Amino acid sequence: MKALAARRQDRRAPLVLLLLALLLTGAVYAVATPARADASRLTATTDDVEAGRALFMANCSTCHGTSAEGSDRAPSLVGVGAASVDFQVGTGRMPMQNTGPQVIAKDVQFTDEQIAQLAAYVASLGAGPAIPTAEQVDATLGDAANGLALFRTNCSMCHNAVGAGGALSEGKFAPSLLETAPEHIYEAMLTGPQSMPVFNDANLTPEEKRDIIAYVAEQQQPQPGGFALGSVGPVAEGLWAWVVGIGLLIAFSVWIGAKSS
Amino acid sequence: MSTTPDQPHGGHQDLVVRPDGTLPERFPDPGMEPHRSRKSDLDEKHAKKVERQVVALFAVSVIGTLVFLVAYFTLPVGTPADIKVSNLTLGLGLAFALLGIGTAAVHWAKALMNDHEVVDERHPVQSSPEVREAAVQALKDGAEDSKIGRRGVLKGAMVSALALFPLAIVVPLVGEVGEDWNVGKFKRTIWARGVRLVKDPDGRPIKASDVTIGSVFHVIPENLEEAEHPLDEKAKAVVLVVRMDPRDLKETEERKSWSYDGIVAYSKVCTHVGCPVALYEQQTHHLLCPCHQSTFDISDGARIVFGPASRPLPQLPIEVDSEGYLVAQSDFHEPVGPSFWERLT
Repeated sequence: MKALAARRQDRRAPLVLLLLALLLTGAVYAVATPARADASRLTATTDDVEAGRALFMANCSTCHGTSAEGSDRAPSLVGVGAASVDFQVGTGRMPMQNTGPQVIAKDVQFTDEQIAQLAAYVASLGAGPAIPTAEQVDATLGDAANGLALFRTNCSMCHNAVGAGGALSEGKFAPSLLETAPEHIYEAMLTGPQSMPVFNDANLTPEEKRDIIAYVAEQQQPQPGGFALGSVGPVAEGLWAWVVGIGLLIAFSVWIGAKSS
Repeated sequence: MSTTPDQPHGGHQDLVVRPDGTLPERFPDPGMEPHRSRKSDLDEKHAKKVERQVVALFAVSVIGTLVFLVAYFTLPVGTPADIKVSNLTLGLGLAFALLGIGTAAVHWAKALMNDHEVVDERHPVQSSPEVREAAVQALKDGAEDSKIGRRGVLKGAMVSALALFPLAIVVPLVGEVGEDWNVGKFKRTIWARGVRLVKDPDGRPIKASDVTIGSVFHVIPENLEEAEHPLDEKAKAVVLVVRMDPRDLKETEERKSWSYDGIVAYSKVCTHVGCPVALYEQQTHHLLCPCHQSTFDISDGARIVFGPASRPLPQLPIEVDSEGYLVAQSDFHEPVGPSFWERLT
């Protein structure tokens, strides 16, 4: 301890402290981040619909109206289906925290059971897309090669070639898919949330949707080539090469050219 | 800038402005900077320290090589995650192995090896007068011997051969520049009356009822595969089909019959420089080009909302055939894609 105290004046001490602080923050974050529980798919009963209605009245009716008929602030939810609720609430987009160019994903506000109850209630208001089954979103059953062809034509222009996301107009953006759960990818295609167009089952069949999920699952694997730099393409790579790479070369040239003291 | 003559100018004499402010006609050679001894020249202890630093840098290189070899034999390369770790370790090992040698060599040379400045005089570029005379004489003798002045036909043949030879390089080069100069191809696509709109890439025909509101379909013509150059034709014929609430759709009288119940089809080739325009925002009906952010309002005849494009995207007139599938009424009524000289409009 004494030896440690004697070194606290060392000029390297702040650097060591900074490193320790970063490591500690990382460790705490890794332990404290809640893991996403496996979505248990409940079959909806009248009790669920009733419980969902109670949740809806408490949490959603301010904007969506007491019978989900919508208002000038929020759309009607009649006929949007359980898939829409599972996506919007299950990714934390709803309940909405504040207005902006786009509703953003945040921490999920409800338990899986509550989300299922809300979905059951909204589904009871009118026919709409249902939550996909576990088999429909199982990436291991999909064909990633066909998924690539479909992704390239239908998704990559907004979501980037590997699903890293990209900008749209006026502050809107296509989010990254690299952390998105397969059922949410499926539901987003089916319901077309916010700026995203709808890809119904005639446009992309359930098998094709699963192929796309398989392709995205491949992209979620670690990149064998090293650091992907966000997979955003030549901008990040160019910045790295020009600033870090050429910067290092210049630093070495200056050192080689300078006289030794 | 005026300088008083009594101000010393560093270690260099002679570079002094004269009292009347004029400059000397010719500046004298200031000579070499005086030699400055390094710490390691003056202090044996410091020289020892530098030596240890160089040894440490070589040691870094040795460790780098060992890390590389150990990683090469021990790290598994089964899954992508394993390959990433393996690549990273091999790369870092190799980098430090080479960097250690390089920096050690430079540091050794800079701080320990002799750094006394020396003058190395250059020899004159010009050859000696005898060599120059002999060369000129040799050329003269050659010209004399060939009798080029008197043999006119020979001279003509040589000039012709030399002048014609470059054609062997130039003709293929120019010939390969766009082997086809028929720009008329840009003016039409393979869309025609009754050609079905099918899905890209699998070629499924599209029922009008399948295109629900908010949907976007990426479309190619049904007869694409029968074309002589399917990829060339696809590049011109790609189309985006969207459906919106017919109440949101603003249409001119002329184009009222070009859509079907809120379904509209527009060329996917940007009128700016031809990128595929396909970023469709369902709520605003804006279609965005990813290259230069040209934005088109699909609900209003693909009007340009923003960006460098100067013409709206061409619209493909569509209708529904007897089986309920979407078909084209005709080709586009204007050339698709960016402007070109012969486009006229």
